[in-house]
Amino acid sequence: MAVRPVLRKRYQTGRLTDTGLSFASIVLALAASALLFFLLGVPPFRALWLIFSGALGSWYGVGEVVVKTIPLALCGIAVALAFRMQVWNIGAEGQIYVGALAAAAVVRYCAVDSFPPMLLMMTAGAAFAGGLWGGAAGYLKARWNVNEIITTLMMNYIAIHLMDYFIYGPWRDPASLGFPMTAPFPPAARLPMFFDSRVHLGIILAFIAVIIFRIVLRWTRWGFEIRVIGENPKAARYAGIPIMRNIILVLFLSGAIAGIAGMCEVAGLQGRLQHGFSPGYGYTAIIVAWLGRLNPWGIALVAFFMGTLLVGGETLQVIMRLPLASTQVMQGLILFSVLAMEFFRNYKVILVRDGGR
Amino acid sequence: MDHTRAQASKDLVTMSGIVKSFVGVRANDNVCFNLRRGEVHTLLGENGAGKSTLMNILAGLYLPESGTIEIDGRKCSFSSPKDAIRHGVGMVHQHFMLVPVQTVWENVALGMDHFSVVLPKRKIISDIMSLSLRYGLEVDPEARVWQLSIGEQQRVAILKMLYREARILILDEPTAVLTPQETGSLFKTVRQMTDDGRGIVFISHKLDEVLEISSRITILRRGSNVGTISAENASKERLAEMMIGRQLMRTPDKTLQNPGDALMEARSLCVRGDRGRLMVNSFSLVMREKEILGIAGVSGNGQQELCESLAGLRTPESGSVIVGGTDYAGRDARAFLDAGVRYIPADRKGVGLASGMNIRENIALRKFWSREFCKWRYFLNWEHIAGYSGRLVERFNVVTPGLGYPVSMLSGGNLQKLMLARELADHPRAIIAVQPTWGLDIGATQFVREALIEQRDRGAGVLLVSDDLDEILAVSDRIAVIYQGRLMGLIEKPDRVTGEQLGLMMAGTSLPEYDPEYSIKPEDERHGGATGS
Amino acid sequence: MDILTPILAAAVRSGTPILYATLGEILTEKAGIMNLGLEGLMLMGALSGFWATMTTGSLWAGVALAFAVGVMLSAIHAFLCITLKANQVVCGLAIAMFGAGASSMLGRSMVGETVKGFSPLALPFLSRLPVLGPVLFDQDILVYASFVLVGFLTWYIYRTRWGLNLRAVGEAPRVVDAMGLSAVKLRYFYTLLGGGLAAVGGAYMSLAYNKMWGELMTAGRGWIAVALVIFSIWNPLRATLGAYLFGGVGALQLRMQAAGSRIPAPLLLMLPYLLTIAVLFVISAKKGKGMLQGAPAGLGQPYSREER
Repeated sequence: MAVRPVLRKRYQTGRLTDTGLSFASIVLALAASALLFFLLGVPPFRALWLIFSGALGSWYGVGEVVVKTIPLALCGIAVALAFRMQVWNIGAEGQIYVGALAAAAVVRYCAVDSFPPMLLMMTAGAAFAGGLWGGAAGYLKARWNVNEIITTLMMNYIAIHLMDYFIYGPWRDPASLGFPMTAPFPPAARLPMFFDSRVHLGIILAFIAVIIFRIVLRWTRWGFEIRVIGENPKAARYAGIPIMRNIILVLFLSGAIAGIAGMCEVAGLQGRLQHGFSPGYGYTAIIVAWLGRLNPWGIALVAFFMGTLLVGGETLQVIMRLPLASTQVMQGLILFSVLAMEFFRNYKVILVRDGGR
Repeated sequence: MDHTRAQASKDLVTMSGIVKSFVGVRANDNVCFNLRRGEVHTLLGENGAGKSTLMNILAGLYLPESGTIEIDGRKCSFSSPKDAIRHGVGMVHQHFMLVPVQTVWENVALGMDHFSVVLPKRKIISDIMSLSLRYGLEVDPEARVWQLSIGEQQRVAILKMLYREARILILDEPTAVLTPQETGSLFKTVRQMTDDGRGIVFISHKLDEVLEISSRITILRRGSNVGTISAENASKERLAEMMIGRQLMRTPDKTLQNPGDALMEARSLCVRGDRGRLMVNSFSLVMREKEILGIAGVSGNGQQELCESLAGLRTPESGSVIVGGTDYAGRDARAFLDAGVRYIPADRKGVGLASGMNIRENIALRKFWSREFCKWRYFLNWEHIAGYSGRLVERFNVVTPGLGYPVSMLSGGNLQKLMLARELADHPRAIIAVQPTWGLDIGATQFVREALIEQRDRGAGVLLVSDDLDEILAVSDRIAVIYQGRLMGLIEKPDRVTGEQLGLMMAGTSLPEYDPEYSIKPEDERHGGATGS
Repeated sequence: MDILTPILAAAVRSGTPILYATLGEILTEKAGIMNLGLEGLMLMGALSGFWATMTTGSLWAGVALAFAVGVMLSAIHAFLCITLKANQVVCGLAIAMFGAGASSMLGRSMVGETVKGFSPLALPFLSRLPVLGPVLFDQDILVYASFVLVGFLTWYIYRTRWGLNLRAVGEAPRVVDAMGLSAVKLRYFYTLLGGGLAAVGGAYMSLAYNKMWGELMTAGRGWIAVALVIFSIWNPLRATLGAYLFGGVGALQLRMQAAGSRIPAPLLLMLPYLLTIAVLFVISAKKGKGMLQGAPAGLGQPYSREER
């Protein structure tokens, strides 16, 4: 009697299976990366070891990882908020840029000498700018059903060019010898750093974002509404949940949080606005959100993991002369593995006996 | 011995010893079935008895675990529907296998590979027209399927099979969506097809029709073949007994109630559907307390849009929806909910429930903004919700693995009970129920009907939309007939109306004695007067 | 009039890579699968085409390799989305990211290199026609191939029986399966084919348009192609219009920069992306909210044939 595999949809996965599968995705991705290294003529295990030891092997390394975790966690939360509602915010990158732009604008036009009001203004400005950037796409989607994947994506390019306009043009630092960047921010506009590392105040903002995300989703009425819309928009309408309003609101908030991440990068880490200050955090955040299962703790964890990869990738670049783009390739591989593993989350493969003839 | 062998060779189809299971349940348990040339053989049975499964096996959609199939005496096994079609077996499913956006002729031609590269459109159309003419299946070949009525779509599905020269046709519950007149026309087509030597398997659970059209009847119950009798020897009672294994379901005990005041009213309601067509046309109706108002009509005549506008899910184009004296038309679903109107939609998993969320969350779905379920105004009080859900589930006897499990795990009957529990739990004033017993077994159906009657007795007004005329007749205190969005007739005393009269109204003929113009209006009632000559 | 003609001709050239990608994606989406990874496919196509041409000296080897690479990359997408029923949006993003990263990584040794590339082939007589002549008939062979492709696909989709199958599988895969065709196989086929075409569009960039390789040289054209599919309502003829329109904006912006326009370069560079949003807005607003008419009904939804 022949035996053949048959798919059965799973109704629910236990916690153990869930975590196990996430683990398996990471293992699979690392294996694929090892293969990639091998093909590039780089000893795979040494490369993988270097990534982790370079990133986590020293306090300095850990600090750098945390530095990268901050924007990844913030943007991960931003993106996850939208994804929970099945609204695809691919524009986190652009929202980071306009957030940074707004912070720089505050520095340029409303500078005060004291830190707390500066922090407030920069954060508000960044949130507002990012929110506007996201909310515009939200409005287009809510009102006219314009596909948000494309609008948010296009707005990424527009944001980058917009920033280029300012830093190549009116805001360029005359002392920078033609490099596209603004003058350094005054001390009042810099986020304080902790210990001796470059870890800045943004870590607290990121932490707050994670906590608030969890509380909102689990316990608030609005969080419930968001989940229902994402789960089944028809049922949401049936429950009287306003969908249009929420699309705009969620994209606004999503953009706002990403904007704050942009502010953190320029005010906390770099101290000035410069071309290409974000190495694609907005896009990496999508992986972070997905691998983190759109869940606050998952996102925090994965953001840290991604930070490790990024810092480790820099180590690889220095020691093994691997191009930085290889980190992007690794990220793509991770996403593939995650998607592949999701299959096992949703379906069980059972062997069924075929009918005899 | 010789006689039976000779007999057997006359058979078009012979299925023996068919076994098929799903998820541990034996849908077909050693079933035998045969079909002769020129006969209409009905497969009778309840929902879940295994009729569709058996025929899906014959049509090549499923593989049986064991058993044999013979066509014209030769053993066959079908690895795909295409295989079955090649052997002359064609099935018309309950949910037509048609591509709505494409035209009739494209649908008929889909998947046929004896064509040349370029589709010979004109030839296909003329072939369709001649089949159409011969079998009384009038339809416009260039029309797009979504534009057709359900009856016309069914004709396309049948034409598809005839085009492929099917000699064995399986019709799965074909009359579920037809008016009595359309059913008559279908039966004519069936007879013409059998006259031409085809064998037709007719799946149904409607006893009257079965007796009318069949030559032989095979009854399936719980996956087994209970017996095959010829139509002459059959009677409704005997069939029902074989089908259910016990007495026909009792009509629920309905004590006569005096309807109360007007509860909800639709006044000259005009509502547009998803495709822009006017689905409800100047419709006026009054729902009263302590009354079950049934809406009879063929699916797709505006019932869905009417109910949606009465529940706040669709904004009418014009007209008003009066609830307790105020016009609620255009207000959102929550306003209607707060006004005491509850909606039990036909699309359970689609509109009524969020399948991925758990039972507690789904129960909270209709009330989560209320003070009762909230803490500090914006936070949900999950402990309270959990307790409430537990009590609800117990009271309505919903079988669940646990409150934290996703609702997708519940069976159809329990899902509906859950929805009912949620909607009926807090003494609603008006209940709009659309197809509440569709797809449920006898026990669950009985439960739902009794629950609705109980609500009526308690003082609520119930609007019942159902495809099942028997159900409407059994449960309603008054019946309204809807046709193409208009109120075709209003029947004050359902026990007096005949099936034929209902059928006529459902198909668009207005009957003067049930003309809504002359029906008793609430104001007139107080004067105790009817119109009259 | 004389200023217009060169711009129009440039519009056609600039729009051709987008056109290839759009046509490919139209096929994929008509079959019901969304492949948003066009940017990654185009970049990998550009790189592999360039590499093949540099190594073998043959331009057609470049095009062929690009097509093959596109097929392989979209095979990943097909496997994940069709067989493993993964979320098609996220998977497409992964392809785009992976393709971008892989092309940058693998192409780093070739940055700045050039090839002779495809040169324009003036068609006799036709290229002498006023306006239309230089614009349409004095182009390179890949442009001509794209004309043929548009015509072929229009005929294929709407007149042949395979086109009927294609349209059906995107609308109602269940029905297609019931008729004995394999919805899964059809979807695989068109996803792979669409990916191959997108990669050819990328190859056009490195072998004809720019005749060199640079990191991320497609600058978002793949994403514009995604938008164009919606703009063209999944119709090849309209896609052509849209591709040349965007090509035109891109070409115009280059010319304005070169002519020393006072408008700062970054603002001009924004034009194509703003235009995309504007175009999407116009299309969606016209259709009315709530229905993306013209989209295949089964687009983006994983299909699994019921248990047999």
